[in-house]
Amino acid sequence: MVNDVTHADVEYGGTERPKHLVPLRVYFAVFAALMTLTALTVFAAMQDLGPFNTVVALVIACTKAVLVVLYFMHVRYSTKLTWAVIAGGVFWLLLLLLMTLSDYITRGPGWLHFG
Amino acid sequence: MDTAATPHSNYLTDGYSLKSWLLTRDHKRIGLLYLFSVTAFFLLGAFFAGIIRLELLTPAGDLVSSDIYNRLFTMHGVVMIFFFLIPSIPSVLGNFLVPIMIGAKDLAFPRLNLLSWYLYTFGGLFTLWALVTGGVDTGWTFYTPYSSSFSNSNVALVIVGIFINGFSSILTGLNFIVTIHKMRAPGMTWFRMPLFVWAHYATSLIFVLGTPVIAITLLMVGAERVLHLGIFDPKLGGDPVLFQHLFWFYSHPAVYIMILPAMGVASELVAAFSRKAIFGYEFVAFSSLAIAVFGFLVWGHHMFVSSESVYSAMAFSLLSFLVAIPSAVKVFNWSATMYKGSISFEAPMLYVFGFIGLFMIGGLTGLFLAAIAVDVHVTDTYFVVAHFHYIMVGGAIMMYMGGLHFWWPKIFGKLYNEFWAQVAAVTIFVGFNLTFFPQFIVGYLGMPRRYHAYPPEFQLWNILSTAGATVLAVGYAMPAFYLLHSLFKGKRAPSNPWGAKGLEWETTSPPPTHNFETPPVVTEPPYNYAK
Amino acid sequence: MSGTHSDEPSVLQHHFDNLGQQFEASALGMWVFLVTEVLFFGGLFTAYMVYRMTYPEAFAEASHQLNIVLGGTNTAVLIGSSLTMAMAVYAAQQGDRHKQVLFLVLTMVLGMVFLGVKSVEYSHKFAEGLVPGPNFRFEGDAIHAQLFFSLYFVMTGLHALHMIVGIGIMAVLTVFAWRGRYTSRYHTPVDVSGLYWHFVDIVWIFLFPLLYLIDRHGAVR
Repeated sequence: MVNDVTHADVEYGGTERPKHLVPLRVYFAVFAALMTLTALTVFAAMQDLGPFNTVVALVIACTKAVLVVLYFMHVRYSTKLTWAVIAGGVFWLLLLLLMTLSDYITRGPGWLHFG
Repeated sequence: MDTAATPHSNYLTDGYSLKSWLLTRDHKRIGLLYLFSVTAFFLLGAFFAGIIRLELLTPAGDLVSSDIYNRLFTMHGVVMIFFFLIPSIPSVLGNFLVPIMIGAKDLAFPRLNLLSWYLYTFGGLFTLWALVTGGVDTGWTFYTPYSSSFSNSNVALVIVGIFINGFSSILTGLNFIVTIHKMRAPGMTWFRMPLFVWAHYATSLIFVLGTPVIAITLLMVGAERVLHLGIFDPKLGGDPVLFQHLFWFYSHPAVYIMILPAMGVASELVAAFSRKAIFGYEFVAFSSLAIAVFGFLVWGHHMFVSSESVYSAMAFSLLSFLVAIPSAVKVFNWSATMYKGSISFEAPMLYVFGFIGLFMIGGLTGLFLAAIAVDVHVTDTYFVVAHFHYIMVGGAIMMYMGGLHFWWPKIFGKLYNEFWAQVAAVTIFVGFNLTFFPQFIVGYLGMPRRYHAYPPEFQLWNILSTAGATVLAVGYAMPAFYLLHSLFKGKRAPSNPWGAKGLEWETTSPPPTHNFETPPVVTEPPYNYAK
Repeated sequence: MSGTHSDEPSVLQHHFDNLGQQFEASALGMWVFLVTEVLFFGGLFTAYMVYRMTYPEAFAEASHQLNIVLGGTNTAVLIGSSLTMAMAVYAAQQGDRHKQVLFLVLTMVLGMVFLGVKSVEYSHKFAEGLVPGPNFRFEGDAIHAQLFFSLYFVMTGLHALHMIVGIGIMAVLTVFAWRGRYTSRYHTPVDVSGLYWHFVDIVWIFLFPLLYLIDRHGAVR
């Protein structure tokens, strides 16, 4: 899977090596997947899926984002700390979105009509 | 340790030119730059407070017009919150101490650290400019649609000032997080870190997770105001309450940005002046993280009288009570630390006693306000004003003063006059209570905040409050004299004048440019006072 | 303990013990910064969510005014630029100076193509009177469509601003790479700038379906 580079890592002080050489074909595969998913999301938007149009669009977008994060941003090969930082960011984004939403969806009949 | 070896080589003597200060990357010098700017903004904010208290001496609105009064309390809030309280302990004491306490040579990103001081100062100057050219009258909360569509004051300029300042907060938080993760000295494990560092780690999480949201929110207000894009304007289908959600997502946790570092200072001081290890160290450490996390779950309690749904309000109310748990853990553990300790009553410890008492009053009245029924009754009264001043002034500023006194000998290598320091601490405590306790009463009686005139029956309480503010001003003025005096005439401070534990006391006073003559290796638990 | 074994002391800053520590600090710093970016855009996504749930029809109508071909092209362009960025990092890891410069330049070119297409779209919106304000013209629920376009311009505008900053960073990196500053031993700036670039790509990955693709099955074009 991975071509290890063999450099003298003395100056890295025995800590984790900063790079993990991902083979180029992985990059190309991810690129192809991202393009395919882009086409798929446009195609899905053209179909009448009722309320699932939004769900499908978001699932595809999240899948693409995960691919970029894992491979282009090398997180698959990163430390637990990196994973924790990302998880924290996503969790706090969800807090912001969902706790705000908790107000709007419980406002009762005629909710959200303030225009 | 070896004070005699190189008595004249320290970070203060490492270059005397203005350039050596303004372009420094030394976290200690940047801390002092912050000390200078933060003090200037404190004086400015205090000046506004003084005029407000003077106006409220009489029931009639006779000193300033209501229009000017609106600008005064807004500028008092903006300056004190964004340009004094939020940066005070983290940027001055945190900047100076966090790297030393974990045995690092500097913060991870020294240039970003300097940049963050420039951003802070630049943002502050923007706000000053807005002030000179007319001020702002929206209240520090900038509620829409007033701020975005109706106010004729300099909202946009102040927003830009706060936006720029936000980057400063973010960079400070980012720097602390990376430094604490990656720069600890050999042997400095997570559970050997001083609680001051834990508190700054928790604070940094809020800086990093909260600040961007207020930045984008104010940007949207600016876009609506300047470019007339409809976002919060109800005429254009927007929801002004959405602004309140986004605003308080940051601004409630911002209260914990102010109080968490203060709690960190308190932990250090309680241990040092009780000559005992902190009781339940892990609990105190984790309670900082818990406060930082819970702080993000409660913002809706600022919106009980908006059109927020009652179900949502109930959830936010219950979650708000949760914050009391980690806060109480801290207070109990400080008390337990003092129990059977050999307590001494130097000035910093007097501030701690003041802090614990005032924080408890502030915290417990916070529980009243988290209860929806009580909150609806006292919303926008002086009860709320008194509550948050007990936290922000009684909590954050008390410990800022306490910490400044405690580490003053380390920072400048000079000892101040202990007698006057104790007099000042007591004066501040008395003045503070006289200023703000009457506000609980007058607020509960129904006096609303943010008006320059009030019914005559409230006058007695307001006279007491203004008298207290005068005492408080005297209390705050005293350190300016004896601390400055100590710089020129004070006795040289030894490395460890308090006999305290911690890496900062093992280096010279003031520390050398790279913090330690020999890189430290940590071999013992924190607060190892037993020996 | 200061283990400076480096033969090129210029790349190791004085307050770090070794290059490993320095690299880890930089990478962690960039990740923490990206978290702040997530929440920065998060405020906009919150506003978008609330208003789209409030006015689903107006948002769908307004969304149909956006050009899928241009938006889709830009999505592809940006994904392509992420690939070239990843290749630039790969070249830096191998210490291949020429390929580093080549892929950095390609990344910048694709970034500029994106901005070019974006400005074409913006000028269409101006011509069609779809810019919020007194000249806003829209058949249907104009008030709430205006809300959509306010968010559209703020979101895509801030995204474009991030692209411009990114291109600026790439330009600086290209100069340094050309001078041979980044070797297989030290290429931290290329790595962390890559993280930033990919993040900007991810923001667009969400903006594209959320802005361009609302209920397109009922769309005329």
